Formats: sequence, structure tokens, C-alpha cells
Amino acid sequence: MSKPKTPIHFTVDGKKCQAFLGQTILQAAKDNGVYIPALCRWEGFEPAGACRVCTVRVAGRTMAACTQPVTEGMAVENNVPDLQDMRKSLIEMLFVEGNHMCPTCEKSGNCELQALAYRFQMLVPRFPFQFPARKVEAAGKKILLEHNRCIKCLRCVRGVRTRDNKAVFGALRRSRDKEITVDQALAAALPEKQARQAMDRCPVGSILRKEVGFVVPIGKRKYDKEPIGSDVEKAKD
Amino acid sequence: MSKPVIATASLAGCFGCHMSFLDIDERILALVDLVEFNKSPINDIKTFTKPVDIGIIEGGCCNSENVEVLREFRKHCKVLISLGECAIMGGLPAMRNAIPVRECLEEAYFHSPTIDPADPKIMPGDEDLPIILDKVYPLHEIVKIDAYLPGCPPSADLIWKALTSLLEGKPLDLSYNLIKFD
Repeated sequence: MSKPKTPIHFTVDGKKCQAFLGQTILQAAKDNGVYIPALCRWEGFEPAGACRVCTVRVAGRTMAACTQPVTEGMAVENNVPDLQDMRKSLIEMLFVEGNHMCPTCEKSGNCELQALAYRFQMLVPRFPFQFPARKVEAAGKKILLEHNRCIKCLRCVRGVRTRDNKAVFGALRRSRDKEITVDQALAAALPEKQARQAMDRCPVGSILRKEVGFVVPIGKRKYDKEPIGSDVEKAKD
Repeated sequence: MSKPVIATASLAGCFGCHMSFLDIDERILALVDLVEFNKSPINDIKTFTKPVDIGIIEGGCCNSENVEVLREFRKHCKVLISLGECAIMGGLPAMRNAIPVRECLEEAYFHSPTIDPADPKIMPGDEDLPIILDKVYPLHEIVKIDAYLPGCPPSADLIWKALTSLLEGKPLDLSYNLIKFD
């Protein structure tokens, strides 16, 4: 990041935007007050391109806005009906692929998957529910791993590390058999702040700090009043 | 002109959605002027006596009786609404969906903490009892559903908004604060 930043110009749905070489479409759009929905993205982590909710279209080709660098003169399609419907269908797929029982979930109201479903007005998924058999790992001292809700975004794998840079979470197998694992010994040794961070960095209610559920009352949770992405859209108003 | 007719039912639900329906408070007086109720636990009418305009169902389908009632509703109702989390995705009862039925029943009747080990092990199996389905199904996986109102329970405002929109023939335009899954 020591190199001088070269300003470049691009558009999102016709809106003129400015960015710096090396920024991804998602970052650059955010800096220009344009919200591109995303789930697996976490500012500061290496982008994974895992969830594809941030899919945009450039020159007729779809691409993940979180991994694709922005280039001079790029014309990005973002808020167009067919892309929005495709994103909505991805969110619906995530809902039917796991067991997402919002009424019983500690993360409800603060959950990014749920917030995106609200933003996209998902009333019912268009796909049949899979009701997979998944387990709950509750034996750990600090961290509870709820596999029913996991969407395999890999944020925890990428971003939760101990002070000596050991990964606390890992991923087993591939594709729909992928499963997140936790090193319970390392997780138990995490300082309180980091254990809470692990919970916050999980977009759903899959990683939970034990014994602190339902702290924020209904009505005061993150997405109770305003849709996810409102902060990005408001920043430039 | 005769009033539009409404019917309601609770299948594999907890009646929470019906309670939320009653939470429309004094608006229920306006509703009584606007519509007529047919088969519903609210007035205790057990069978359909006429064609119904709006059918509202809470709860998913967990047994053969639920399926029968649901199909009956589909047959009699012009518009059928799936009300609440359980009707839309199975909800809490669907937590058994990844477990074989036999295992669930054995847990309930043979191994639960309230079973006296000295008692004979009896699992209800009378032919008059509805048969438990292999899993709990959302309503739209069994019959065609026309509208979905999510929530656990859906708020009274959401139910009121949906009903009044339907009665006025307006499209259902839901604001952000009305769509909640919890």
C-alpha cells in the first residue's frame, strides 16, 4: 500500500465513480456510496469469492465484485432486476441448504443472511427445503459451533487467529460436504474480546460465544429498523 | 353484496399466529364489519358451509390429518395464505426432520425422562390416530399457496396489512419493518 494511488474512473449502473487501482469492485463501489450485497466478505480479510452474492456484470460477464479488481472505464451493472433476482435465489439456496430456524437463533436480528433475506423481501424460498442432518458442537468452553446454520463463507477460517497466528477454525472436505471445524483447545484459550469477535465475524448464528445469547432486545438489534447496506448508501448522501 | 368470507386453521403450529391475529386489537371490530368468518377455531365452526374467499393457515404438516385439512382448505378457498414460520418452512416442529420418525417416537414414549422404567413400553398406534409423516412439510410443498406472511409470529400489523390489501384488491406492498422471521 506504499505505492502512490492512481485514481481511475468507472461507472456502476451509469453512476460515475472514482477508485484507486488495485481496489476491488466491491470496495470501490462502497467508497462511492453504492451498496453491493455480500456475505462472505469481511473488510480486512483476504476476499474468498465463496458466496457469490456480490455477483455483478461487466461487459456481459458475471463476476464476484469482492475478488474482481476495478479497471479504468469499467461499466458495472449492479442494481438490475435479473442480477437482483439471481442474488435473491442464492440467498434462498442458502436458506434451504441448512436448517435456518430464525425464531430459535441467538443471532436473529443481527444475522447478515437474514438481513439480506429481509432486504430482498424473501417471503419463501423457491427451492425445496433439504433439512440436512447437521450437528451442534457445544462441548467447547467458550465457543459453540452450530453446523445447522453454517453457510461455509469461510470468514472464520480466514480471520479468526490466535495471537501467535494459529488458525482457530478450519474447513474439511469440499463443495456441499464442506464442514467447518474448530480447534477447541485454541478456541478456549482465546481472550474474551477475540472470542466475541469470532462470533461477530460469523455472518450467521453458527459461531456463538457461549453464555451470552439474546443480550440485545428485539427492536434494538442491528437490522431491526434499517436494511443491511443502509450505512453504505447513506454515507454518500 | 355479501361479505367476503374468511376461514382459518392451525396445523402443526402453536396457535401463536392466531394469537397474533387477535392482536389487531380494536381493528377486529372493523374486520367483523368487513368480513364473515367460516370454518375457524376463533368461532369454533368445524366444517366448511360455503365457498371461502381467504383461507389462512398457520403451522406446517406433520401428520395425515394436517394434510387432509390443508387439502380441504385448498378446495374451498380462493386465496390461501401461509401464515408464519412453521407454515412457510416447517419451523420448530421441523427440527425433527433430520431424525428418523421411529427414533423420535422411541425418544418420546420409551426413553424420555418422565417414563417409568417399570412401565410397559407402549407406543400409540391406534388406527384412529393420524399417521405421523416422515418429516414436517411446509404448506407450499403439499398444495398451491397464494401468499406468504413470515414471522414467529407474524406481527398483527402484517396480518392486518395483508388482509386489508386483499380485501381492497391492492397488491401486497410490505415495508421493511413488517417482514421479520422471528
